[in-house]
Amino acid sequence: MNIVVCVKQAPDTAATVTVQDGKVSWGDAPLVLNPWDEYAVEQALLTKEEHGGKITAISLGPEDAKEALKTALAMGVDEAILVSDPAFAGADTLVASKVLAAAISKVEAVDLIFFGRSAVDSDSGVLGAQVARRLGWPSLSLVAAVNNLSPEGGTIEVERMIDEGRQIVKGSLPVVVSVVKGINEPRYPSFMGIRKASRAEIPLWTAVDLGLTAVPSPAMTWPEIFAPLKIETKCEFIEGETPVVIAEKLADRLMEEKVI
Amino acid sequence: MDFNLSSEHKMVQRMVRDFAQKEVAPVIKEWDRKQDMAPFVLPRMAELGILGVCIPVRYGGQGMDYITLGLVCEELEAIDSTLRVVMSVHMGLCCLGIFQLGTEEQKHEHLIPLARGEKIGAYGLTEPGVGSDPANISSTARLERDEYIINGEKMWISLATKAHTVLWFARTAPKGEIPHEGITAFILDTSLAGVTRGDIHGKLGVRAGSTGWINCQDVRLPMGNRLGEEGEGFKIAMSCLDNGRYTVGSGAVGLIRACIEASVSYANERHAFGRPISRFQLIQQKIAKMAQSYEAARLLNLQAGWMKNQGLRNTKETSLAKWFATDASFAAASEAIQVHGAYGYSDEYDVERFLRNARGGIIYEGSSEIQTLIQAGYALGLRDDSPLRCELPGYDPDDWQTGA
Ligand SMILES: Cc1cc2nc3c(=O)[nH]c(=O)nc-3n(C[C@@H](O)[C@H](O)[C@H](O)COP(=O)(O)OP(=O)(O)OC[C@H]3O[C@@H](n4cnc5c(N)ncnc54)[C@H](O)[C@@H]3O)c2cc1C
Ligand SMILES: Cc1cc2nc3c(=O)[nH]c(=O)nc-3n(C[C@H](O)[C@H](O)[C@H](O)COP(=O)(O)OP(=O)(O)OC[C@H]3O[C@@H](n4cnc5c(N)ncnc54)[C@H](O)[C@@H]3O)c2cc1C
Repeated sequence: MNIVVCVKQAPDTAATVTVQDGKVSWGDAPLVLNPWDEYAVEQALLTKEEHGGKITAISLGPEDAKEALKTALAMGVDEAILVSDPAFAGADTLVASKVLAAAISKVEAVDLIFFGRSAVDSDSGVLGAQVARRLGWPSLSLVAAVNNLSPEGGTIEVERMIDEGRQIVKGSLPVVVSVVKGINEPRYPSFMGIRKASRAEIPLWTAVDLGLTAVPSPAMTWPEIFAPLKIETKCEFIEGETPVVIAEKLADRLMEEKVI
Repeated sequence: MDFNLSSEHKMVQRMVRDFAQKEVAPVIKEWDRKQDMAPFVLPRMAELGILGVCIPVRYGGQGMDYITLGLVCEELEAIDSTLRVVMSVHMGLCCLGIFQLGTEEQKHEHLIPLARGEKIGAYGLTEPGVGSDPANISSTARLERDEYIINGEKMWISLATKAHTVLWFARTAPKGEIPHEGITAFILDTSLAGVTRGDIHGKLGVRAGSTGWINCQDVRLPMGNRLGEEGEGFKIAMSCLDNGRYTVGSGAVGLIRACIEASVSYANERHAFGRPISRFQLIQQKIAKMAQSYEAARLLNLQAGWMKNQGLRNTKETSLAKWFATDASFAAASEAIQVHGAYGYSDEYDVERFLRNARGGIIYEGSSEIQTLIQAGYALGLRDDSPLRCELPGYDPDDWQTGA
C-alpha cells in the first residue's frame, strides 16, 4: 500500500499563547508535530505493519516544519517531503488543500491518506475533507477505528465518532481518512528512528515543482484575534446545621444566580 | 563555540521526557510511599533503548553520544531521581566501565546484554565499613587454579536486588604500604552460588528505587570475569566514577529544573497579602537563584559531556559539575519547599520528594566533602591525573552507529 500522512508543525500545547495587536504569539515555545497528527502517523504505521507498503509524510509550511517531519521519520515513516514556497505564505485551507492535493498527486499511486482531526493552532479541522474533494476521493472524517481494510478488494470499513454514538461506514480506496484521538496510542520515536531522521535529507517541493503556476490568494483572512475574557471564579462555602438546611440554602443560592 | 543541541539531542530529550511524564509521573508518589520500584520501569526503559543509549550499536546500544546520556539523565531526574539512578549505575558505572576496560570477549559476553537492557548492571564498591576511602575495602578475591573465590559484603548498592551483573571490587593482595594497590575489579554474575542480597528500607530518599546489600560467600568466578589487570581495580573504580558522577550531575540539573517549574507555577497561583506570592521580591529571589544555578549546573555538565565526546580526560570537570549541581539541587529543593509553605511540607506536592532525593546526591559517588578535596587538590597543584591504561573512547558517530 502507498500511504501518505499529512502533518503540520504546531506550537507545543504546553506553550502559553498570547494575543498582541491582533497577532497570536507563543513566544519561544518549541514547535512540534501537531499532537493530533501523531495519531495519523501511528495509524499509518499500524496500517503498514499489517499490510506492508510505504509511508510518505508531507507537510506544508516554512523551512522549520522539517522538525515535525523529522518526528514522523523518527516514529518510523519511510519518507518525508516538505512543501514550501514564499507564495504559500498566508494560505487558508482552500489554498493549502490545493497545494497538498498537488503534492499528493506527485507521489506515486497513493491508496490511502491519513490526516489528523485538526491542527491545534488554527483548528479548522477541514483540510482532510477539502483535499479529498480536490482529489475526487471519498472522505472519512472523525475516524475512531479502522475495522477492516482490504488493499486487494480496494475497500475500507471504519467507525466514525459522532455525537450520537459510533457510525460504521464503508468506503472504497483510494480514500482520505482523518482520525480522532484515541484511535491508537502513538508510539515514541525510537533511537534508531531518531538517528535515521537526523540524517535524512528532506526534499523540498516548491510551487514550480508542483506545477502550480498561479497560487490563488486566500479566500479567508483573520482580521482580528482576541483572547477570551478571563473568567473569575469565586468559592463560596454553604454552611448549616443539617444537610437539609444546607441543601435548601444551596437551592436558594442557585436560583438566585439563575442556575436552576 | 556552538551551544546548540542537535536535532537528534532534542528528539531524544522529548522522547525521554514523554516517557517519564506520561508513564512514571502519574504513579511515582505511590511507589515512593511503598518504598519499592515500580515493576514496569526497568523493562520499559529497556524496551525504549534508554538502557543502551551511549553504547555503540555493535555492542547492543543505540550509538548516541555522551551529551545525550546527560540529557537523558536530566529528563529522568526531573520526574524522579530513582529513574536517573538506574542510568548512573547501569550505564555510567557498569556499562561504560566494561566498554572502556573490557576485552572484546567481555564486551560480547557482558556488555551486549546490558546495553540491550536484557540484563541490569550495578557497581559494588562501598562496604559496611568503608565509603569515602575505598582503598581500604576488605572484600577479597583469591585465585584458585582458573577461578577467583570471592568473599565479602557490599553495602548501599543501587539496584542491588535488580542487577544481573555487578562490577565488584575486591582485594587480590593484602593491604600493604599503599592500600589501593592490591584491589582488582570483577564482573560478578549475581546468579552464582554464594551470592545473597537484599534491599535497605527506611531510606530518606530514592524510595522508589532499590538500594541494598550484596554478600559473596565463596563465590567461584571464572578468571575471564576479571576486568582489567590484577591490582588495577582502584584506578578502574575511580575511572568509572568519572562517568557515574556525570550522570549524577546531569540528573541534578533536571531536579533543579523541576524545582523551578513547581515553584513558578505555585508562586503564581498562591496569594498572600492580596497578591500572588510571585510578586514578593523575597520569593523572586529564591526563584532567581534556582534559575542561576540551573544554567550554571547545566553548562558545567554539558562541558563534561563535550569533553567525553572529544575523548579528553575530564576527572576534574566532572567532579566540579557533580559537586556544584548536586549541592545546588538540594538548595533548590529546600527553597522550593519554602515557596510552597506548608503545602511543600506535605507529599501532596512533589517538592518534599525532590528534597529527600536531592539529599542523596551530595553523599553518593563521592560526597561533597570528597569533591571539595579533589578540587582543592587540582587548584593547589597537589593532584595530577595519572594516565590510564585504557581511556574512555571518545564519540565517533560513524563508528558507533555502524551495524545499525
Ligand atoms: C489568514 C491565514 C493565514 C495563514 N498563514 C499561514 C502561514 O503564513 N503559514 C502557514 O504555514 N500556514 C498559514 N495558515 C494556515 C494554513 O496553512 C492552513 O489553514 C492550514 O495549513 C490548514 O488549516 P488548519 O491548520 O486549521 O488545519 P486543519 O484543517 O485543522 O487540519 C486537519 C489536518 O490537516 C493536516 N494539515 C493541516 N495543516 C497541514 C499542513 N500545513 N501540511 C500538511 N498537513 C496539514 C493535518 O493532518 C491536520 O491534522 C494561515 C491560515 C489563515 C486562515
Ligand atoms: C542512595 C545511595 C545509593 C548508593 N549507591 C551506591 C552504589 O551503587 N555503589 C556503591 O559502591 N556505593 C553506593 N553508595 C554509597 C556511597 O557512595 C557512599 O555512601 C559514599 O561514598 C560515602 O561513604 P560513607 O557513606 O561510608 O561515608 P563515610 O565515608 O563514612 O563519610 C562520612 C562523612 O565523613 C566525610 N568524610 C569522609 N572522609 C573525609 C575527608 N577525608 N575529609 C572530610 N570529610 C570526609 C564524608 O563526606 C561524610 O560526610 C550509595 C549511597 C546511597 C546513600
